[in-house]
Amino acid sequence: MMQQSVGSAIGILRQQPWSLWWIQARRMTRIEIRRNLFTKRAWWIYFLAFIPAVIILIHLVIDSHPGFSMGDDTEVLAGVMQFYYVRLGIFFGCLGIFSRLIRGEMIERSLHYYLLSPVRREVILLSKFFAGAVSSVVLFGAAIIADFVLMYAGYGAAGWDFMLHGPGLGQIEAYLLIMVLACLGYGSIFLLLSLMFRNPMPGAMLLLGWEAINPVMPSLLQKFSVASYLRHLMPVSVPAEGIFALLTVETEPVAAWVAVLGLLALIVVVLTYTCYRMRRLEIRYTTD
Amino acid sequence: MNPVNDTIRFENVSKFYGEVLGVNRVTLSLSPGITTLVGPNGSGKTTLMNLMTGLVQPSRGTISVLGLSPSNATEFFCNVGYCAQFDSFPRGLSGFQFVLDSLMLFGMSEEDAYHLTTESLERVQLSDEAAHRKIAGYSKGMRQKIRLAQAVAHHPRVLVLDEPLNGLDPMARAESLALFQELGRQGMHVIISSHILDEVDRISDRVVLITGGYLIAQGNIHDVRQEVRDKPMQVLIRCDRPDLLASKMFAVNHCVEARLHADGNGVFLRTGDIDEFYRLLNEIAVEGLVKIEAVAPADDNANAIYQYLIGSDGGVS
Repeated sequence: MMQQSVGSAIGILRQQPWSLWWIQARRMTRIEIRRNLFTKRAWWIYFLAFIPAVIILIHLVIDSHPGFSMGDDTEVLAGVMQFYYVRLGIFFGCLGIFSRLIRGEMIERSLHYYLLSPVRREVILLSKFFAGAVSSVVLFGAAIIADFVLMYAGYGAAGWDFMLHGPGLGQIEAYLLIMVLACLGYGSIFLLLSLMFRNPMPGAMLLLGWEAINPVMPSLLQKFSVASYLRHLMPVSVPAEGIFALLTVETEPVAAWVAVLGLLALIVVVLTYTCYRMRRLEIRYTTD
Repeated sequence: MNPVNDTIRFENVSKFYGEVLGVNRVTLSLSPGITTLVGPNGSGKTTLMNLMTGLVQPSRGTISVLGLSPSNATEFFCNVGYCAQFDSFPRGLSGFQFVLDSLMLFGMSEEDAYHLTTESLERVQLSDEAAHRKIAGYSKGMRQKIRLAQAVAHHPRVLVLDEPLNGLDPMARAESLALFQELGRQGMHVIISSHILDEVDRISDRVVLITGGYLIAQGNIHDVRQEVRDKPMQVLIRCDRPDLLASKMFAVNHCVEARLHADGNGVFLRTGDIDEFYRLLNEIAVEGLVKIEAVAPADDNANAIYQYLIGSDGGVS
């Protein structure tokens, strides 16, 4: 009986037009990436992503690292990653990119063109999500690599050796993994918020507040936080002091693979519910 | 073709927006040809169109278009094109790119999409130069044309058009009407809502009258007119002696009004019993005292039916 129903489910799945969906998803993603990355409205996200690189560059040109060691700069970079990118840069960048994907089109009254195309709504949603993910990963990935290179380039051959053959390589890999997971995690949540609320900003502020108070929550509730998973992946720990202590996530120690899988599971749950909301979405621009 | 799969069916469909009624208990069956939705502002015409295309979902009842449901988007939207009334577009695109992007989502090759884009732009008579300009710089008429081009580009079997003549100049309006007529002749479903009743009336195969969310009449314009028994019908008779004809007709009770045509070669007669009227007219013609050249209903159109059934409250939309 069980075998039969599994067999029929597999049969139904095989009958679906996967190749058509794949083509549609690729084309939608291409259109969306063009809109996300190459419009004037994206300038402030470029600004968010690259402002640390600009500041590091200014220091590189003017200070030339007097009295600093590579160890100090490694801590500074970890702080930039933890306090700026995860908490602010990627958070607000993803808010700008992902909340625009559906809500932005509703505000501009152009979403109906997608909903009237022969594309399943789930394919529309997941393609838009993927395009948002690619856009944010490209932007913030390029920015973080630029930060990394500029931070150690001033040390000459020693700096390049640290980056290419020393512990720097592992650190940048970890930062890029954190960045990708942060983009996917925040992106999925902002996409859902934009489908649920006309103005996703109050929801985003609540999320920011939730992420800030999450460390003092019971360990079960800490599982519902993007930043708490990312904290366990940081290659360099930064001791929180003063005001930063409020923003630092102090969760119970978790293995890296658990953190990655936990965050991916959270993303899948959020996206599944977002697909359900998309399926039921109605176009009534006057009330949106 | 299975006739069930060649019709658009609404079965007891209701739509409520919270407490507000969109449409209530609409049961409709539309066969291929041109159908005009007529009703005042807020009567539910756009709601009907949005229900038909899945942009909103019914609170009650079922809808099928050619036996398909909008939930099966892949098959449904290969057969349906909707030119909605929303005058907005994705930012930064030229008219050509807008239509091309839409077609690319059908999964066809880039070459086919390019070919169909060019063809649809020719169909709506949007020049090549205009098509490659940004939509943001288009006039209202050009925006209307590009929306129409996008809706027809994939050769749908059902074309839903919400106020498609808005913003078009008289020449473009005539061209659009000719296009709708051609599509109707090809066996397509063309569903139009328009307030330019005189124009759509000329090409419509049937009308659907709706007010306050309720369907009040549907069918062939002449049949619907016949059903409006309580309103006298007006007939124009072209003849050599209109005054004599008017006096003879007034001898019977059912003739309630007579008005000479401005050119003096005809008379408008209003009658409460059209069957008796035509019988009497035949007798007069046989007598030979009046030479009758032509007889035509003068208020057998969507506009007149609209006035009779809905009245002028709220204005025509």
